[in-house]
Formats: sequence, C-alpha cells, structure tokens
Amino acid sequence: MSKDMMAGFELFQPDTLQGAVDLLARYGDEAWALAGGNDSFDWFKDRVKRPSYVVDLTGLTELNGIREMADGGVEIGALTTLTEIENNSLIQGRYSILADAAGRVASPQIRNTGTIGGNLAQDARCWYYRYGVDCYRAGGDTCYADTPEGQNREHCLWGANRCVAVSPSDTAPAMVALDARMHIVGPDGEREVAAEDFFIGPDIDIERMTVLEPGEVLTAIRIPADWAGSTFYFEKVADRNTWDFALVSIAAAMVVEGGNISRIRMAAGAVECVPRRLSVVEQVVTGQPKNEATANLAGQSSVRGATPLNFNHFKIPLLQNLVTRAIRDA
Amino acid sequence: MAYDLIGKNFTPPDVAAKVTGRAKYSEDFRPEGMLFAKLLTSPIPHARISNIDVSAALAMPGVEGVLTADEVRQPPAPGETVLTNEPVFVGQPILAVAAVDEATAAEALERITYDIEELPFTVDPLESLYPGGPDAREAGNVANGGIDLQQIKWSAQDFAAAGEGQLPEGTPADEWSYGDVEAGLAEAELVLDETFVTQGISHHSMESRSCMAFWQNGKCHLHASVQSQSFATPGVAGLIGIPMEDLVFIGEYCGGGFGSKGAAYPIMAVPALLSRKLNNRPVMLRITRHEEYYIGSARHGFQGRVKMGFRADGRLLAVDLYIVQENGPNTGFSDWHSAADAISIVNTPIAMRYRGIPVLTNTPPRGPQRGPGQNQMAMAFEPLLDKAANQLGIDRVAIRRINAPEADWRYGENQSPLTSVHLREALDIGAEQFDWAGRMARNGQRNGSKVRAVGVGQAYHSAGGAGFDGLVVITPEGQLHIHTGVGNLGTYSHTGTSRVAAEVLKCDWQNCVVMRGDSRKHLPWNLGQFGSNTSYTMTRTNYVAAMDAVNKLKEIAAMDLGGSADDYDIGEHRVFRSNDNSVGMTYAEAAQRAIELGGRFDGHEVADDLNPMTKASAAGVAGTGLVGVARDNLEQVGTVPALAAGFVEIELDTETGTYEIIDYLGVADCGTVIHPMGLATQTKSGAVMGFGLAGLERHIYDPQNGLPGNVSLLQSKPPSYLDVPSVMHSAAVEIADPMNPIGAKGIGEPVEGCAAAALVCAISEALGGHYFNRTPIVADMVVNAAAGRDQSHGPLDVNTA
Repeated sequence: MSKDMMAGFELFQPDTLQGAVDLLARYGDEAWALAGGNDSFDWFKDRVKRPSYVVDLTGLTELNGIREMADGGVEIGALTTLTEIENNSLIQGRYSILADAAGRVASPQIRNTGTIGGNLAQDARCWYYRYGVDCYRAGGDTCYADTPEGQNREHCLWGANRCVAVSPSDTAPAMVALDARMHIVGPDGEREVAAEDFFIGPDIDIERMTVLEPGEVLTAIRIPADWAGSTFYFEKVADRNTWDFALVSIAAAMVVEGGNISRIRMAAGAVECVPRRLSVVEQVVTGQPKNEATANLAGQSSVRGATPLNFNHFKIPLLQNLVTRAIRDA
Repeated sequence: MAYDLIGKNFTPPDVAAKVTGRAKYSEDFRPEGMLFAKLLTSPIPHARISNIDVSAALAMPGVEGVLTADEVRQPPAPGETVLTNEPVFVGQPILAVAAVDEATAAEALERITYDIEELPFTVDPLESLYPGGPDAREAGNVANGGIDLQQIKWSAQDFAAAGEGQLPEGTPADEWSYGDVEAGLAEAELVLDETFVTQGISHHSMESRSCMAFWQNGKCHLHASVQSQSFATPGVAGLIGIPMEDLVFIGEYCGGGFGSKGAAYPIMAVPALLSRKLNNRPVMLRITRHEEYYIGSARHGFQGRVKMGFRADGRLLAVDLYIVQENGPNTGFSDWHSAADAISIVNTPIAMRYRGIPVLTNTPPRGPQRGPGQNQMAMAFEPLLDKAANQLGIDRVAIRRINAPEADWRYGENQSPLTSVHLREALDIGAEQFDWAGRMARNGQRNGSKVRAVGVGQAYHSAGGAGFDGLVVITPEGQLHIHTGVGNLGTYSHTGTSRVAAEVLKCDWQNCVVMRGDSRKHLPWNLGQFGSNTSYTMTRTNYVAAMDAVNKLKEIAAMDLGGSADDYDIGEHRVFRSNDNSVGMTYAEAAQRAIELGGRFDGHEVADDLNPMTKASAAGVAGTGLVGVARDNLEQVGTVPALAAGFVEIELDTETGTYEIIDYLGVADCGTVIHPMGLATQTKSGAVMGFGLAGLERHIYDPQNGLPGNVSLLQSKPPSYLDVPSVMHSAAVEIADPMNPIGAKGIGEPVEGCAAAALVCAISEALGGHYFNRTPIVADMVVNAAAGRDQSHGPLDVNTA
C-alpha cells in the first residue's frame, strides 16, 4: 500500500532504434518501454507495475517529427509530442481532426511531454485496475467493475469479455477515422498494422490494449492521403474541460459531394476496449444527404446493440447525440 | 469611517517568497542527518492487525527504526489515531518506518508481515441503520461531538414507512424545534417534501500534510502544514505528549487546508515520536497524494429530507429537516447541526424542526471543510426555493428577499441573536450588478442544443469569536511589531488583521513588522484560521493590544512631559500634547522609556486574564520595547453571520450534459472590507471551489470492498481553469458590524456555498425545472435528465457514481 514511491529498476537510454529493440527483446517481460512517462510513471509510482528494466526511448531522435510522405500523406514519429501535433500546420491543414484530438488530450503540461505513441498505446484507465486489484486484466480471476454494485460509470457499452474497460486514448478514434497505419519495429523486423487492427480487446488478449508484442516498438504513424482535407468532426465529452478522459468521444472523416456524403469513416472512443469503428453508421449515411434527418438516423443506428452496465447507460444517449452532431454539425 | 490602512490593498510580506519559490514549506527542510519515514497503511476498510513482524525490514541496510501503534497514545474510540492496529478505513496508518531515504523505507514496508482479520464495514449510513446492518466500528455506528459512540438501529417499519425513494425518519440522535411546525405546514399554500443527497468530498490541499521533526535541547522542533499557528499548538504538544513549552512549532506557510488543517492532526506526531526514538535524528514524513486522500479528511455527506411549507407570497412558514450525516469512522464534525442553523438564518422559517443522526462509515475521516454543513445545505435547499418560487409564480430573487433575515431575527435551537445581517442588501446589489432582470429575460432561451439559464444562491457561516489575545511591541527603533498567532492559509489575513494595530497606532505600514509562523516568535493566543472568523476575531485582538499600547504611550508621555494621559494624542510615530504637538516624544523614545520603566510598560507585568500562551510570549518580549498586550474583552452579543449571495449564468448543452459558466458574481455581507483584493480573491476562488462541489467532484467508494475510487486529483476532478470563467466578479455590502471595532466580519465560507447553490439552481433551470436533489450534478446525470432516462443511482445512494 505504499504508493507514490517508485521501486528501483535498471534504466537504459539507447540512442538507436535497433539498440532499443535489442534491449527490449533481451529482457522480454521484465522490460518496459518508456516514452513521455505520463502513463508509465503512474504505474511505477503506484508500485503496481514493477519492471526490472526500463528502456527509455526518448533518445531515439529518428522517432521524432512530422514528415510529408510522397503520396501526400504524413508520417508522424511515435515520439512526437501531442503539442507538436496540435500545432503542426501540415496536420492542421490536412488532418485537423487529429490536431483537434491531440489538443483535447489531458492538459497542456501533459501534452508537452506526452507522445503520440504513448497516447495510442496507453493502458486501460479502469479505476479498479489502476488501483492495483487482482482483476482479470492484472492477471487475476475476477472483474471488480462488472458487478451489480461495481462503480462502472466510465466503462464499456460493447465488447465486455471478463473486462469492461474502455480505450482511453483521445487520438485513437481519430487515427481509426483517418485509416492510419501503425509502423512497428521488433526483433523480427518491421510490420505495418491498420489503426483499426492495432487496438485489441480482452477477447484477444486481456492483458494488452494493442497488438504490440513484448520487444516491439511503435515507431511511426502513417496517415494516408485518402482523407486529407476532408470534412472532419471531433468531439470529446468529459467531466472537465482539461485533464480528463473522455466519457465518450467521436471522430469522423467524410467526403461530402453535392450535399451528399460520398465516403465516411467514423469511430467512437470510450465505449469499447478499442476505438469503436461505427461501420453501421457509415453504411447508413453513405450516399445520403448530409442533413438533420440523416444525422438523426446515424445517431440512432450508432447505439444498436449497446449493452450498458449499471452506471453507464448515459453513454447510449451521449454516443447517439455525438454521432448525430458529427453528421449534422461537421 | 475613513481609514489609512483598512480597506486599502497591500503587498503581503510573504508574497514575494511565494511567487519566487523561496518560501519553505514543511517538506522543504533538510537538516543534516535527516531520515525519511513511510507509512504502512490499511489495505481494507475495517480490520484487526496482529502478529506484526518488522524484523526483515529492520535488517535492511539503511532502515533505522519502526514506530508501531503500541508505542503511541490511543484516543478513546472513535477518536482519530496516530497509528492503529484496528484500522477503520482504507489507508489508515498502521505503523511507520524510518530509513535513510524514501525508496529504502518503501522497500522496508514490503518486508513487514502481519496477520489481518477482515471486519464488517459499510460505506452507506442507511445500510448501517437498517436492522442487522454492519457497524463501522465494533463498538457502534453512531457518534459525534457530544454523542458517545453507540449502536443505533432503526426498525424495518421506519424504512417501510418512508415513501419510495424518501429518507426514512427513525430515531434521531439530536433534535430541536421552535414554533409550531405542523401548523405552519398545514397553513401553507405549497408544501414540498424532498429527499436529497450531498456528497462528501476530499479537501485536495495542494500541500499534503507532510511534517518534519527533531529534538534539540529537550525541545521538539516540528515543521508542519497548518492553517492555524497558536490555536494548533496545544493540540500538537498533546499529540506528542509534551508540555507546550517544550514544543517549537513552525508553520510559516500552508499550501491549503480548507478546514482540514485547522488544528492539530494526528499524523504530525509520527516524525516527532520517531525522532525521539532514534536519538533525536530529524525525521521527515512526506505524505503522498494518495495518502492525503486517506488521512487528509473529507467533507461530511448528507442523506436528508426536508418538508417546506410556503405561504402564497413565498414566505417560508415551516421547515421540517432530517439529516443523516455520513460521519466517516471517527468523531467527525458538526456539519449536521450547522446545516440546520444555516436554514434558520438564511431562510428564516417561522417554525422549524430539526432532527439528525451522525452514522459512522468506513470511509476517510471527516472534518470541517469550507462551510461545513452550511454549504451542503445551500446546495440542497436553494434549488427547492426555486422549485417553490416557480410553482408559486414568484421571481427567484424575490422569494429569497422575502425570506431574508431581519436585524432582529432569532435563529436556531436557542433563538440566538445575530450581530448584523444584510443578506437582502447582498441580493439587491447582486440583482442590480448582475442585471438579474435582463438575464432572466433570456433564461431558458434555446440555441440548438444549448440553453441559457441563470441561478442565484445564498449561504451562511458564523464568522467571528471573542476572548482571544493581542500582542504588539513598539521597539526602541520605533518599529511596530505585531505578533500574530494566525496561520497562513493563503488569505493573507495574518497581515490584513495585523494592519488594525498599525491603524490604531497610526503607524506607517513600512515601519511595521508582522511576527508570525513560528512559536519562538512569541505569539499570542489566537483563534485558529478557520470558520471565516479571522477577520472579525483578530481585528479585535489586534485592536485591544494596540489600544493598550496607545494608553501606555500616553501614560509615559504624561509622566515625562506633564499633564495627564488624556491630554495626549498620537500620530506620525509620536505621542504629543493634543493642544501643542511640539510637546511630545517619538515612539522610539517612548519605547526606550518603557524599557527603563519596566513593569507593565515593557511586558514584565501583564494582565491576569491573558491566556498562558500569551503570558509566556509577553515574557519573551519583555524588556524589548513598549508592550501592548490585552485580552479581547470587547462586547459581543449574538452570532456573527457571514452571508453571501451568488449569481451565475450558464449555457448548458442538453446533448452532451456539459455546460459553460458564462458569468459569475459573488456578493459578500462581510462588514467593513479590510483588504479589497483579498476579498475579491476569496469571493472568486470560493466560487471555483463551489463549482467543483456542485458540478464535478464525486466521492466514490466501492460498496463491495470499501475501496476508494478517487485517490488523485485526476480522479477527484476539482475544477480546472477551463471549467470556470476567466473573469468573475465580486462585490460587498460594506455595512459595518457593530460588534467589531472596525466593523469587520468574516467571509471565507459562504462565498463557496452561494456559488455552488447558484450553479445547482442554474442547471435545474436550464433543464426546465428538473431538480436532481443531489450533488454533484455531473454530465451523465444531465444527459440522462435531458434524454428522459432514469438515473443510474438510487435517490439515496451515497459514495456512488
């Protein structure tokens, strides 16, 4: 119960990506990749996660920065701070949805140190799990939140599977909406994964939030040109206007031609353990006029199949309203 | 009355250190050889600890010692312990380890083994009151100041008799009434019968209650974070188990207390006792943010029910109030009583009955938090005034005006008088400056999903005491030293109230020194810096001490220059003949003469009615100048009421459940304004705290295992700067209180409550008169209300989402 005091660990500060990957591979489950530290240090100080070896990635300059790609898309190094993304003119010009999402993460201080990689790969924020209880996600054999009296206001509407935590990342739904690609480097080489597939639910692995295997590093996010300059909508509803996680968030990218929605990708945050791609909504509104009636239909379709817990049924009207707004107000 | 210093802004003497970072808080001290202590705390809400084995911890290099519950004094239950083997809440300290650094101490804690027996626990008072329900302590479930720990259970019939979602009203632990409540309700045009819940939230002091202690020459030197200096000292000495004269108590700065650091608190004893055990080595105990949420105290929550009978014109004829106070595991505070008094003063029901019961829960210890009781009541009661106003077709400010107290109003159980009441004037000033009528014209106006709404709220707190002491010294250099035992809570009232002494003595402020923050500075016995009392209480003490100095100056002048004391006047650091100011002497000369004369002039002889602390301090400064020292024996008849009215306009988005606070105005009935900037800051920052209380800060305890759901500033959600208007407004009634020599009375607490109440009222208005009867009103509740859905919580649920 002694919290706010880190246990000791061995710290490595490699200056090459290969060096970092080698270290992470060498120490396997005992290693921890550290970037901005906003998630990691919480765990360390609470003495809940206690890696023996910490590999500090912040010296890997090759993972920094925002670059234009040949196809007109952009590549964002995983160590790029959320503040840089929020203020980058390329992002603001082509993918304002991402600048908006980055700008709604936590607080200015956290955005100044928090990286896009860390924001995307951060762990679940279920308060029971963070408290350090022996829940399924922590390797135990129970879920404290999914019970008749569990305090699960912030938890999921979909995808419950021994765990009811949600994806906490503000930028993740935007990445899914933009059909971003996650570039990963590991001991077995490089691979690229669609944002939608990058995040995994408890049905796949209850102790992880992403496909990153031990030893792998998310190095960059590549956003294709497909959605550059589209009509975007991002909104995050939280209790506070800063330093808070979403109760529900919505991210939509759409192309509107002649008043009709010709193409659209939409994802919601904080309603499932992964950013929830709203495929049904996309189908309902594609080819439809961008008007109030379509917006209302979109909202209604977005919540079909939602299974609330005892304290979070408000997320149903909230998601419905946000989806409606995304079509109506974008 | 025109003053030179009172009512003028000033630069507090400690402000430069604060803004440059030079200020040293308890945690900033690093004497040589200092050890760090860490606490082993209870992982479960109620337990019995036995077979503690610290041998492996003590065997670690760098671990110097352990302090267990067996080595500290144990207060009679349900007192708050320093360390315990029967913890009654998660996070309660069991033992402390001292080591060369915190990392080692933390490692050592993990090597300590013990047996832990789980005992029954509860986080809901009503659950405990039900027949067969769990008790938070083995010896009972009900206690409070003046109420011994005992077991009280209500009958199943009591619960069954309550309507659906209504508070049962079983046997109370206390009750009083005045007037004929039944007749008032029978006569009423409109009767409301409402059950409500207000949450108990943590204090979130930015500086946790870290403390450091060492022993030197038989004295214990303790650095601690306290709101109050002199008032806390006897309690601190008592916790350590030493006479007060053996304690050097340093509390120059305090990074927030909000009531939780008003007096001595048990954890202060740990470094002192560890230090004594470890050959006087300095020991630092840094309380972590998590620990602050356990031992840092919290506001009492209420489950309540109120019946209100209104005449057709809105006059409140009768109130029947029942409060179940969530008491935490210990003695707790008097919120339940204060809540009733607040209704009686602010809303002046012609007849009133109050019943209440404080029920123990295995949640953090509860203590006073800014407007303890009064502010919960404001949030619960004020929206119901709106409900009545709307049903009776009366303006919401008007219904408050008609029920505002008159000068001769008598309140509460003992029908006590008040020194000065100007709530109606505060409402009038607010309504005019806020343009209530103009804004009401757009109240409820919709723009898409957004609705504009305005709210008004009122609050009260008693704001002053008497009978404490003042001490000033005029030095041979001609300086005025004002010794104050007020703490440094951040309001700068330590200096604001000291300026009264300078005003009385007509001193140039540049020539004055405020002596404070360290018991070695010879401080007088002052009331604590809490309860909105400092402005009233310590202007009186500084006034009487300064008057004593004035009289001595005149006596000395008469002695040396002829005539009688009455022939002399003071000004420009001189005492001189009233009819010939060329005949006189400087304060410096008079101070030198005082030293030569000795006796009562230089503090060697003092009045018998002084507190022993003041006598000791006077002895400490004796012979250093002309000493003015006196007990405040000024007349005081009646309770000193601090009152405030708040006005807020919001724009609420019915689709997201969020709202923007467009504008806020707080109006204080605080008598004479001592420090305009200080008052404005209090009014606005109090409002920020109130907005959090009303709209953001939940208190979560899992009923299954008693675990706390908010043990961080992130989880607890006090308002951020983006949740409040960047510009807010304040005003003051500025009618002097007749019982204070300069007309001042306090203000700190109602300026929070009125803002909280105003916001609750505005949210209800924006939703077309939806009354939640619950705080905080968080986004999910608004979304559900706007969507016509049931709320997730039951009407009487506490510590829940």
